[in-house]
Amino acid sequence: MMKFERYEWLAITIMIFLFIFVGFIQGWSVSLVILNMCIISAIMTMGVNISWGYAGVINFGVMGFLAMGGLAAVLVSYPPIAESWHAGGRGLGISFVLLVVLVIAVMYINKTVIQKRNRYILNSLIIFFGILIIRHFYLNATHNIEDVNPAIAGFLGGLGLPIIFSWIVGGLFAGGVAFVIGKVALGLRSDYLAIVTLGISEIVVSVLKHEEWLSRGVKNVIGLKRPVPYEIDLQNADWFINLVTYLNSSKLNNIIDVSDRQQVLNNLIIDGSGIFVKLSYAILFLIVMLIIFYFANKAQLSPWGRMMRAIRDNETAANAMGKDVVKQHLIIFVIGAAIVGVAGAMLVTLDGLFTPSGYRPLRFTFIIWIMVIVGGSGNNLGAIFGGFVIWFSWIEAAPLTTFIINQLTVGLEPTNALKLHLLDSVPYFRYLFMGLILLLILRYRPKGIIPEKVRHS
Amino acid sequence: MIDFINSIILLLNFIIIPGISYGSQLALGALGVTFVYAILRFANFAHGEIMSFGAMITILFTWYFQSQNIGLGILPTALLALPIGIIATIILCIISDKFVFQYYRYQKSVPVVLAMVSIGVMFVINAIIRIIIGTETIKFSDGQKFILKAKQFKLMTGLNEGLALKSSQVITILITILLLTFTFWFLQKTKTGKSMRAFSDNEDLALLSGINPDRVVFTTWIIVGVLACVAGTLYGLDKSYKPIIYLNLVLPIFASAIVGGIGSPFGAVVGGYVIAFSEIMVTYAYKKFFVYLLPSSIEPTGLVQLLSTDYKFAVSFSILVIVLLIRPSGIFKGRVL
Repeated sequence: MMKFERYEWLAITIMIFLFIFVGFIQGWSVSLVILNMCIISAIMTMGVNISWGYAGVINFGVMGFLAMGGLAAVLVSYPPIAESWHAGGRGLGISFVLLVVLVIAVMYINKTVIQKRNRYILNSLIIFFGILIIRHFYLNATHNIEDVNPAIAGFLGGLGLPIIFSWIVGGLFAGGVAFVIGKVALGLRSDYLAIVTLGISEIVVSVLKHEEWLSRGVKNVIGLKRPVPYEIDLQNADWFINLVTYLNSSKLNNIIDVSDRQQVLNNLIIDGSGIFVKLSYAILFLIVMLIIFYFANKAQLSPWGRMMRAIRDNETAANAMGKDVVKQHLIIFVIGAAIVGVAGAMLVTLDGLFTPSGYRPLRFTFIIWIMVIVGGSGNNLGAIFGGFVIWFSWIEAAPLTTFIINQLTVGLEPTNALKLHLLDSVPYFRYLFMGLILLLILRYRPKGIIPEKVRHS
Repeated sequence: MIDFINSIILLLNFIIIPGISYGSQLALGALGVTFVYAILRFANFAHGEIMSFGAMITILFTWYFQSQNIGLGILPTALLALPIGIIATIILCIISDKFVFQYYRYQKSVPVVLAMVSIGVMFVINAIIRIIIGTETIKFSDGQKFILKAKQFKLMTGLNEGLALKSSQVITILITILLLTFTFWFLQKTKTGKSMRAFSDNEDLALLSGINPDRVVFTTWIIVGVLACVAGTLYGLDKSYKPIIYLNLVLPIFASAIVGGIGSPFGAVVGGYVIAFSEIMVTYAYKKFFVYLLPSSIEPTGLVQLLSTDYKFAVSFSILVIVLLIRPSGIFKGRVL
């Protein structure tokens, strides 16, 4: 098992203390909400860190892979809608089969027709007419599906399985998309690759936004089932009431009046049920995070991890040593994307709803990258730390800014235009903080807060 | 015959004129990206925000002039404020270079690190813009809105189809021609321009022949500032100003620059038009066009639209991916100014 250095223990302690601090100042509920998002961010960051930190493969498509994970959560957990399947299932099936036939035909042509010009002409002809035919079936089918009860359904629904399975499926979805992207784009130079992955992630999100038969598009999917109990069930469960009573027995015993006591107990139960739910989420997420952390570390220390570092540090030399650079790049890109996909499914599980229009590159790609850079690329603990610290400051930036502005403008009247304007724009200061943090880290600690350990052997 | 003219007017009105004006805006933006790439050798993700910043300063001064009742008559007041916006944008570029990019240039950092740095700059400028002007949609074009209204055109020619010509479109096209001519003249004929080209072609050789790198970089940022501010303002004038749009505009701009061949100014301009036209042409519904041209017996029943307008954005990227696969260096071989 790995050993932590002293400063790494320090980082872990700081993280824990931050949450305890927020718990006392702003309440445990707030603290747990932030903690849950921090854990998910940390998983996303580990995903990016694996491809960037281990192998130097840039992945700016985080947003798209998260969205694929989110789609998985919908498709796994939403109950199937029989009417929609009835209305458009056959049409979709036919168009899918035709698509497969088209792909096979193109592959066959590429293999058999040798003359380049003929190949291009044949290919474009087949693709053009193939798409015309497929469109006919496809548009009819999707139209029918979207007409089924559009106010609450209008899409195919999912499988109706427990949502927790979707975490794995989300990883598979994201990995599958990453495989296709990697096949197409991985030969490019790193800054081209950044732009291309960024663009493809936009395409993925716009498909999810507009293919309503699949994901309900901008109409959003709400009311996904939870893997943890609902508050209202907890409040009526005997064991939970007993638990709350037991935990707060000293406090309750001090209240003599029976109706007062019942009142206090009810409030405690309502608060407690919220905290219990968030705590259960936190435990589930923490388990996933630790599993991924364990395997990521194992992989990094294994011969495979050494090979990845070799490829990152000197591609030509690694190639000369007989390592298949292209294949390894593809593998690590897919693994990184799959982990991001897991985080995407967890994100939708936590929210209980899927909103394709909510996926924006600033929030879901660039912030994640700031986490990676700040935490320290190539170090998994650094990635987790970066995820925690950056998400924490992203959330706590608003109250902090309000406090600072109030202190700075304490001499001004409360109706002063400048002061009001500044207080109105408090939410935007977080972008300023993020940018400054990134710039400062890149300047003064370019390897991140917890840098990669250089191992000499 | 009339039907034929009608169909041509239809295309002119809905594809060609919007395509040229949108393409011009993209071309100016892509030219800025290409300059940074050719001289400073990194992908500048902050370019969209620099454009937005220029447009914002222009808007602020437009408001000021409007409140002072200073105007240009039928032309939008924004043209009067544009020079001030340009100066502010140049100052922004030079400040960001001095405090941020210069360090990494001296360190000879790899391009990816500089791209990361530009993301930091993007966040900072983004925040400054939102803090100053908020996130609302702002319309700041005034003066005469149309040069030619669709109704007027119909009356004039007696055709079924109208042809509308917005003044912002004409201004965009004129300014683009002016600016492009100037830029290319500058690159080809002046000594500074030649030294920039030499620097982008072979840095070591340029240094050996006594070209001052700081001066080249300084000039580059001035040109980038001018191009970015003009592109941002024209886009805002034509559509409307909204901070978030400029972040989304970065991607088509990069696509234009890469499709044309990143580092090649001429390629960037061509790429801008290629992207703009393909975005518009792929998502346009050609039904009316075919109704005019074909006899009524074989008229199309559907919209005859290749992709729904929702995918406008995806088109530019599909083209980018295709170009990178078939011809990775872009239409015109890039990397040299």
